[in-house]
Amino acid sequence: MSDLAVSDGAPDAPLLEVKDLKVHLRVADRLVRAVDGVDFKVDTAECVGVVGESGSGKSTLIRAISRLMPNLQVDELSGELRFEGRDILRMADRELRTLRRSRGFAMIFQDPLGYLNPTQRVGRQIAEALSPDGRGRSEHRRVLDLLDEVGFADPGAIARRYPHELSGGMRQRVMIAIALASDPKLLFADEPTTALDATVQLQVLETLYRLHKERNMAVAIITHDLGVVAELCDRVYVMQAGKFVENATAVDLFERPQHPYSARLVELSAHRLDFRGMQQ
Amino acid sequence: MLRFILQRALYALPLIFVIIVVMFTLLHLIPGDPVQSLVGDYPVPPAYRAVIEEKYRLNDPFVVQVGNYVVAVLHGDFGFSYQNQRPVLDLILERAPRTILLASVGFAFAIPLGMAIGVVAGTTRNPGTDKFWTTSALIAYAIPTFWLGQLLVMLFALRFGWFPTQGIGPLISRAHGFDWLLEKARYLALPVLAFAIHEGMRFARIMRASVIDTLSQGYIVTARAKGLSRGQIIRNHILRNSSLPLVTIAGYSFGSALGGAVLLETVFTWPGLGLLMVDSIRLRDNLTVIGVVIFSALAVIVMNLIVDILYALLDPRIRTAG
Ligand SMILES: Nc1ncnc2c1ncn2[C@@H]1O[C@H](COP(=O)(O)OP(=O)(O)OP(=O)(O)O)[C@@H](O)[C@H]1O
Ligand SMILES: [Mg+2]
Repeated sequence: MSDLAVSDGAPDAPLLEVKDLKVHLRVADRLVRAVDGVDFKVDTAECVGVVGESGSGKSTLIRAISRLMPNLQVDELSGELRFEGRDILRMADRELRTLRRSRGFAMIFQDPLGYLNPTQRVGRQIAEALSPDGRGRSEHRRVLDLLDEVGFADPGAIARRYPHELSGGMRQRVMIAIALASDPKLLFADEPTTALDATVQLQVLETLYRLHKERNMAVAIITHDLGVVAELCDRVYVMQAGKFVENATAVDLFERPQHPYSARLVELSAHRLDFRGMQQ
Repeated sequence: MLRFILQRALYALPLIFVIIVVMFTLLHLIPGDPVQSLVGDYPVPPAYRAVIEEKYRLNDPFVVQVGNYVVAVLHGDFGFSYQNQRPVLDLILERAPRTILLASVGFAFAIPLGMAIGVVAGTTRNPGTDKFWTTSALIAYAIPTFWLGQLLVMLFALRFGWFPTQGIGPLISRAHGFDWLLEKARYLALPVLAFAIHEGMRFARIMRASVIDTLSQGYIVTARAKGLSRGQIIRNHILRNSSLPLVTIAGYSFGSALGGAVLLETVFTWPGLGLLMVDSIRLRDNLTVIGVVIFSALAVIVMNLIVDILYALLDPRIRTAG
């Protein structure tokens, strides 16, 4: 109850607020400080990027925040995680499930094939996100609407397909439809386009951007690609070895990178962007 | 889907042919004079030998004999069992339903038992629970079935007297309707129990490994992200997907169980194919032995076909690939 009071009392509080988050893992008897004291926030309807080299802890950060840690030996998980003022780190399972089912946060992943059940039609997998056991007419209607919203021309046919019958880009759209089913206020996206072809990448990103705008949905996106950040994001966090080395607006990051590591990232991506420009 | 089934069935045909040929060749290779073995220990009168050799075409070239045998088997003629004074096919048809009954009821208990233990051990968050079930299953599986059968007989038949010690019941039963069923069930209970414990524990171990593998899949993370409860995730995603390896293994072992659970049928004097096989080997009733072997091979082939179909029904990826 007091948690609710906090959120009511502070309407300007950020949608998501993370303070001093630490995630220490035990991997083969070695302590890995995957996330080591991180402050992070996402405002309502804001798009935030997280960039950093491989192994810097980006995925672990987002998984810890969304309480979707894999079955690893977690040595320490501490800090403060607040979603609309409510403490999600210490939230009871039932309450957490309610939040995931409606107007909370959702997540999409790098490898949509692995994250879809191979033995179920995609329509059913979306319906399950609407209501776990219900497969009624109204659910079916909403499944079609969601498929339409993520850009499928023929939702009825797609709903009857199995994941392996779709292309990579289509699968990722299906994942987005699943995520949208709970009408989330915040969408986590962990390298949503890394596994896709370049042209498809662009389409999926455009879809994400459109949904972000149309739905006023906040997005926290992990990416290797500073180009994505430049196109989509309002703010960027730069992560290195479990810590944020920079937190800036997208424009500032490109024009005035503060940390040498960020500067190098920007420089590298500038090369890549030039290279891409030459190819076209 | 229909094409898939037909295709698999067509693959099975040459296999059946090869098995019959191989079995006949084995029969041919068994040392000894076939006419002498018909007559027994008496000297063979030359006239009788000529009649028999003519009747069974024993002097034809080997290839012709193989051809004749294949044709005969395809017509359901497995030869005549002198020991039993009946055609081999009759014997098989009399014994097979009993073996099928034992195997079917045994599997009907073993599969749910194995799945339940496997799911509990695989999904529990309490390492103690997992250890308890894993160890119990290992111990139960390690007990040989014939010894397990004898233990059950000693405990439930001899000590408590709840069940008969052996057999399939009176030849002519006076019971009717439900009582008749109950009588059958009493005779079936102990062999089925032994069967279900042994096979069930094997299934439990397979199921547990499979559940743990399924739990590490991405779509379980998706299911959690959807806000499903543990029970919903188990019902909607884990049960079906983890059953895939079990379908294969249970199907194959069901196929071989149809050939007769030799040890179990011996312990309980259950007059099925397994017991027929053992008796025929002892009496050197070669035609019967080979008949049972061909029947078992057929059972395995048919079950493999059914497994393929079931697998395709459970896993849509196979369906489109096939
Ligand atoms: N499942 C796991 N098993 C072993 N180590 C892990 C696991 N998950 C994370 N780690 C360790 O935690 C650290 C952070 O990994 P994480 O996956 O969060 O990085 P990342 O920034 O997402 O990398 P990438 O860009 O490659 O996805 C790494 O040192 C990694 O070795
Ligand atoms: Mg990652």
